[in-house]
Amino acid sequence: MNLQAIYILWLRDIIRHFRDRVRVIVSLFRPVLWLLFFGIGINSFFGRQRMVSEQDYLHFLFPGIVTLNLIFASLYAGIGIIWDREFGFLKEILVAPISRTSIALGRTLSGATISLIEGLFVFFLAPVIGVRLEVNKIIPVLGVMFLIAFTGTALGVLIAARMTSFEGFGIVANFVVMPMFFLSGALFPIGGNLPSWLRYLVRVNPLSYGVDALRNILIGMKVFPIWFNLVFLILFAWMTVFLAVIIFNKKE
Amino acid sequence: MKIIETKNLTKKFNSFTAVNNISFQVEEGEIFGFLGPNGAGKTTTINILCTLLRPTSGEAYVNGYNVVLEEQKVRQSIGIIFQDPSLDERLTAVENLKFHCLIYGLPKKLIKSRIDEVLNLTGLYEWRNDIVHKFSGGMKRRLEIARGLLHYPKVLFLDEPTLGLDPQTRRHIWDYIHQLRVKEKITVFLTTHYLEEAENCEHIAVIDYGKIIALDTPMGLRKFLPEDIIFLKTNDDEKARIEIEEKYKIITKITPGEGENQGLYLTVKNGEEFIPELIKNLSLPVKSISLKKPTLDDVFLRLTGEEIRKGTVKNENWFRHLVSIQKRK
Repeated sequence: MNLQAIYILWLRDIIRHFRDRVRVIVSLFRPVLWLLFFGIGINSFFGRQRMVSEQDYLHFLFPGIVTLNLIFASLYAGIGIIWDREFGFLKEILVAPISRTSIALGRTLSGATISLIEGLFVFFLAPVIGVRLEVNKIIPVLGVMFLIAFTGTALGVLIAARMTSFEGFGIVANFVVMPMFFLSGALFPIGGNLPSWLRYLVRVNPLSYGVDALRNILIGMKVFPIWFNLVFLILFAWMTVFLAVIIFNKKE
Repeated sequence: MKIIETKNLTKKFNSFTAVNNISFQVEEGEIFGFLGPNGAGKTTTINILCTLLRPTSGEAYVNGYNVVLEEQKVRQSIGIIFQDPSLDERLTAVENLKFHCLIYGLPKKLIKSRIDEVLNLTGLYEWRNDIVHKFSGGMKRRLEIARGLLHYPKVLFLDEPTLGLDPQTRRHIWDYIHQLRVKEKITVFLTTHYLEEAENCEHIAVIDYGKIIALDTPMGLRKFLPEDIIFLKTNDDEKARIEIEEKYKIITKITPGEGENQGLYLTVKNGEEFIPELIKNLSLPVKSISLKKPTLDDVFLRLTGEEIRKGTVKNENWFRHLVSIQKRK
C-alpha cells in the first residue's frame, strides 16, 4: 500500500467530480424529488397517523433519503473505473509502480467522500421538513454516513472491476440499487408485521442497518441496537473491499 | 548491458498464439523498432514488457529486471505511450503530469522543475493550464510523451506513436523522439506499421503472425531487395524491350506494364548510373523515365509475401491467413 498514491488517486476523482457541474446538480435534485414530491404526497394522506410523537412520515423518510443519495452516488463511483478503462486512463494507472490494492482503495475512498458530500446535500432540506440536527449528533451521523458510503462504493468497484460497458454497469447498478433501497426500510418500517420472506430479504441487506442506525440517531426510531448496525456494516464493507481488491488484482 | 532481453517469449490467448516464441535483445540507448501489420503481436509484446500481461512461457527482462517477478522495478524503469490515448481529458496538462509524478513517487522538490522541463521539451508549456479535452490529437500525443518521460525512465515504449496523426505532426513527433534520445539518453522501443518511420530506428525487428521474421538495421534489411526499379515509357515498348535485352545483360527482369502503367519495368543495380547510359544508347526517344529505390515496403513484401495490411484485420481474413499458413507448412 502506498499512501501518496492513494491520496493522488483520491484527489483526482474529487477534482473531476466537482468539475462536472451536471452531476453535482443532479445529486442535489434527487432528494428534492423524493422528500418533497414523494414524501409530502404520501404524508398528506397517510401521515396523520403519527409514528412517534410529533413526528410524521417525512421525519421517518428523511434518513432513508440520506441513505438513498449516499448509495446512488457511491455505487456510481464504480462507473469511474469503466470510464477510465474506456478512455485509456486505467492503463496509465495500471502500469504505475503501485499495487492494485492501492488503486482499489484510492477509488473506494474517493467514491465514499463524494457520496458523503452528496448525502450531506439532503440536510439542506432538513429545515423544510422540520428535522433538527443537534450539534452532538453531527459526528455520529457523519460516521454512519461514511460507513454506508464506503460500503456502497466498495460494491460499485466490485461490480465495475470486470465490466467494460457503461450500459451494462448501468443495468447491473440499477438492478442492485433499487432492491437495496426498497428493502432497506427507507420507505416503510421493517420492524412490524412484514411477511417473513420480505423480512428475510431486509435482514441480509446491509443498507437496512445503515438506515436503521441513521434513523436511530436522527429521530430516535430503531429496530436493531446501534452496535449491531455498525458491526454488520463494517463486516460487510470489509468483505466487499476485500473481494474488489482480489478481483482487481487478477491479471491475464 | 542489454536493456531489454526476451527469451522464447510466448503469449497465448486460449488457442490463439499472439506472440510465438520470440527472442531478441535491445542495446541501451538505441531506437529499436518493431515493425509489422496490425494483429502481428506488437502490442501484445509491449504489454508483456510493460507488465500488463503475463507471458504464457518464456522470459523477458527490462533494465535487468524480470517482468513477472520484479514488476514494480520494471514499471519504475519504463515510460509508456500507448496506442490509444491514456490521458485524463478532464484534467489540465499540468494536473495530468502532477498525477504521474506523485504516483511514481518523484521527490516533491523535483516535481515542478521536471514538469516545466518536459513541457518545454514537447513545446506544450504555453498550454500547461488548459483542459486536455481541448487539445488536438498531436498535442495529446506530445503530452503523453512528456508524461512518459517525467520519472526519468530508462526505456520509453511507444506503441504506434504516430498512428492517426497528419504527416506534419508525425514529423514533429519524430523530431521529439530524436531530441529526447540526445537530451535524456534514453532507449526507445517503438512499434509501427509505417515502414518509412521504421527507417528512423537503429534496429528493426519485422514481426508477423507473432514471429520475428527478420531483425537487422534498416540498411541490412534492404539487402533483401538490393535492386532498383526503373520505369520507362517509349513510343514502342516492344521494340525498346528487344533492344534493351540485346544491349544489357545486367538486367535481370523486364516486365511490361498495362493500361495507365504502359511501359517497361526494369530491375537493375545502380539505377542512377544506368539511366543516363540507357537514354544515350537507346535508339528510340524516351517519353519518360523514373527510378524507384527499394523501400522497407518492398522488403516487407519480400519477407512476408504480402503487402503490409492496412486497417484492422477482419476475423474471417485472419482465419483464412492462418489456414493458408498452415497449408504452406
